[in-house]
Amino acid sequence: MSHKYFPHTEADIHDMLEAVGHKSLDQLFDVIPDSIRFKGDYDLPAGMSELELRRHLEQLGQQNTLLTIFAGAGIYDHYTPSVVPNIIARSEYLTSYTPYQAEISQGTLHYIFEFQSMMAELTGMDISNASMYDGATATAEAAIMAVAVAKKADTVLISATIDPKIRRVVDTYAHYHGIKTATIEAHDGTTDRLDLERKLAAGGVAGVVVQMPNYYGIVEDYTGFADLIHESKALFIINSVAADLAVLKTPGQWGADVAVGDGQSLGIPMSYGGPSVGYMCCTERLVRKMPGRIVGMTRDNRGNRAFVLTLQAREQHIRRQKATSNICSNQSLMALFATVYMSLMGKQGLVEAANMSYAGAHYMCQKLIATGHFTLEYDQPFFNEFCLRYDGDIDALQAKCLEQGFMAGIKTGEHTIMFAVTEKRTKEEIDRLVEVIGHNLYQDGNN
Amino acid sequence: MNNKLYGKLIIELSHPGRKGYSLPHSEYEGYTPADLPAHLLRGKAPELPECDEPTVVRHYTNHSANNFGVTSGFYPLGSCTMKYNPVINEEVAAMQQFAGLHPLQPAETCQGALRIYHELQSMLAAITGLSQFTLNPCAGAHGELTGLMVIRAYHQSRGDDCRTKVLIPDSAHGTNPASAAVCGLEVVEVKSQADGTVDVDDLKSKLDEGVACMMMTNPNTLGLFEHNIPEIQTLVHQCGGLMYYDGANLNPMLGVCRPGDMGFDVMHINLHKTFSTPHGGGGPGSGPVGVRAGLEPFLPTPRVVQGDDGTFSVKTGQYEQSLGSIGQFFGNYAVVLRAYAYILTMGRENIGMVGPLATLNANYIKEQLRDDYLLPIDSPCMHEFVFDGLRDKSQGVTTMDVAKRLLDYGYHAPTIYFPLLFHESLMIEPTENESKETIDGFIEVMHSIAREAQTNPDEVKSAPHNTPIGRVDDVLAAKNPVLTWKHTQA
Repeated sequence: MSHKYFPHTEADIHDMLEAVGHKSLDQLFDVIPDSIRFKGDYDLPAGMSELELRRHLEQLGQQNTLLTIFAGAGIYDHYTPSVVPNIIARSEYLTSYTPYQAEISQGTLHYIFEFQSMMAELTGMDISNASMYDGATATAEAAIMAVAVAKKADTVLISATIDPKIRRVVDTYAHYHGIKTATIEAHDGTTDRLDLERKLAAGGVAGVVVQMPNYYGIVEDYTGFADLIHESKALFIINSVAADLAVLKTPGQWGADVAVGDGQSLGIPMSYGGPSVGYMCCTERLVRKMPGRIVGMTRDNRGNRAFVLTLQAREQHIRRQKATSNICSNQSLMALFATVYMSLMGKQGLVEAANMSYAGAHYMCQKLIATGHFTLEYDQPFFNEFCLRYDGDIDALQAKCLEQGFMAGIKTGEHTIMFAVTEKRTKEEIDRLVEVIGHNLYQDGNN
Repeated sequence: MNNKLYGKLIIELSHPGRKGYSLPHSEYEGYTPADLPAHLLRGKAPELPECDEPTVVRHYTNHSANNFGVTSGFYPLGSCTMKYNPVINEEVAAMQQFAGLHPLQPAETCQGALRIYHELQSMLAAITGLSQFTLNPCAGAHGELTGLMVIRAYHQSRGDDCRTKVLIPDSAHGTNPASAAVCGLEVVEVKSQADGTVDVDDLKSKLDEGVACMMMTNPNTLGLFEHNIPEIQTLVHQCGGLMYYDGANLNPMLGVCRPGDMGFDVMHINLHKTFSTPHGGGGPGSGPVGVRAGLEPFLPTPRVVQGDDGTFSVKTGQYEQSLGSIGQFFGNYAVVLRAYAYILTMGRENIGMVGPLATLNANYIKEQLRDDYLLPIDSPCMHEFVFDGLRDKSQGVTTMDVAKRLLDYGYHAPTIYFPLLFHESLMIEPTENESKETIDGFIEVMHSIAREAQTNPDEVKSAPHNTPIGRVDDVLAAKNPVLTWKHTQA
């Protein structure tokens, strides 16, 4: 027995066993009933050397195809500044645990405080927590929080224009937690205000969840929503793609009580869907109802400014079943990722990247419409993601594009397809994709 | 690091006009968000830092020096399994052929990624003696919640809607009762007996047809193997409940015992503990959930499955009995990759040594320190054990003081004030990656702190002295919450 991760020599094992009064390693486990001891061999591959492992993973990697991504639906192909992965790879950040020992965790506590500050600024809210698993679970936690705040009401209204993947997660949490969800109908791709009014008037509503931009990329107009919702004593919860808030009206400006969403758009690699980072921000009055870790500023006994985990009386390790949530970690390293990204991009860079994404999406949309085979599915303002109607076979169209190395949109219905463009896409790439699509249309006899 | 020079917040380094990024010139003319109706826009740019790239790099590099990681030194944090995080795993996780995949790409373009996902599911099943795993949960607590949902879905599928109670030993992690509450279940606490294991008589008195399951950590949070597990699982199953295994302490079981063989039906694994993926300052982790045969239909979606032709695909819609979805996609894929690389690096011939070596290290420390520290329960431990503070508390030196003093000597503190069974809990877990020299050094320092507690107690009570900052004022932080830099300017 010898492996590069085990420091023990045979002599060490012998000496240590002697010190604890055992003759063999096996004896350490005498307390375990023999009937349940594992005596076989694990059905696992034999160990690989580093060279073999590299080769194996390179071979598997070759079975994946990297595509030029013109799709989103929750995960976007954004530019990552080279500094960011370099910083988060620093082992002092990477290999530490939750910062319980503040005196030797100021690195982590410091960046979480910065993350909270930047997310509060970006969303226009008072307070942020230290992050959540992803945008979907953050939304589910917000729904549970709304019911906890309301005390008597137990229903959360969710707009039909929200990403169905998020809806599924909220419904799952709600079902098991014992709260109700109901749908606010859509009207021309946006949340139907009249239906919202009707459902609020019916009573029992603890919270209202909308998404902005919504699943179809539409920038909805929530004028008057906050007043309506607050008149019913419910919480207004807005889910947003973090990066878009550099330009769009913020949840805070819309009068939201809770802002949630996914932070993957802040330069985090797609990584086949994870890890990403969820965020949750709220108004000052709700801070003690918020789930998750929170870092606060304080002083040490030498008079230095210091940071520390705080308001822990909300959390599971103190409150057990009475805690605001069962979450006991955050996506800390991905919060660092977002923090370094926002530090580099800063006030102007985030706006510039958002402007480029917007411009690219609108350019592409016009070009596709100009082929004569696509129309806008909704006559609504959109940001960097848009839904088109195509009367031909969308599967066949996407397959043709795939042959040319493109992930061409996401099919959202029999004849609707949704594209996304980020600052990473070039005009040349768009032109080429439109050309491939156009060629396909021609070959298919205009269908 | 020089805290005066580099201890600032990034916003305090901001100067209007500086920038830390470069983007290509826009190639598009005539399209700008200003075309949107003004009332849909935020109006002014967010007040984020304006810093040049070197400043940002130096800022975060210097702050990292104020952190202690597993690569910095011994990290005996009980119940957290702070094992070595192999560097090759980071290389693997960063490979563009995986990191560059969109989760909704057609399956035929992700066969390598899906094969890994599927193989890890099978590997975890082999290691735990269960039938099938989902890798969707993002953390241990997320896994607990998912596992409890599986259990509820199972009972509900049988029309057994009244099973709403979860039996949880009083020694359990706080996440257990919290997860039960989020899952809409009622927590019933089961007492521990004097030897630190579950009191079977107390358990019997709480068993009825309202029991959905019993959640157990085995070895438990005292590091003790629940030797009555065969009887416990029989009792719970006889009354129609299921057994849930909290995998927080799975590490010592590698090569020793499989949860499936102990009689557990559902479990979660913390890949960031047992399978070496880095804790990342509190995440991202991964909390795969496994089930015994018969419970597979209730697992969440999406699922990664292998077809008869050997190809892999992602399925969502067609599982009627599934509990639903618990995350946006299929969990923290980059974490899955690291765990896969770890298992392949260990291989079947080495993975079984993890439990014995971790357990040897823990017993060795316990035996060397028991003269100075109070061992409330004297039984053979597994991978960790708990002291109830110093044996001699006459000078008023607390567990908190001992923990803080350890920082001065270059060690991370053990877990303190948990489990709640003792007033001065000090929970120590060395992993299999710690050498005898490292452990001997730690033992020596623990002895010396015990001596110091007698000869110079104030030195211990005022610790730490050699850390970047001194002891922090938690009360001030909670009383006057300053949670963003906007508040610092107020």
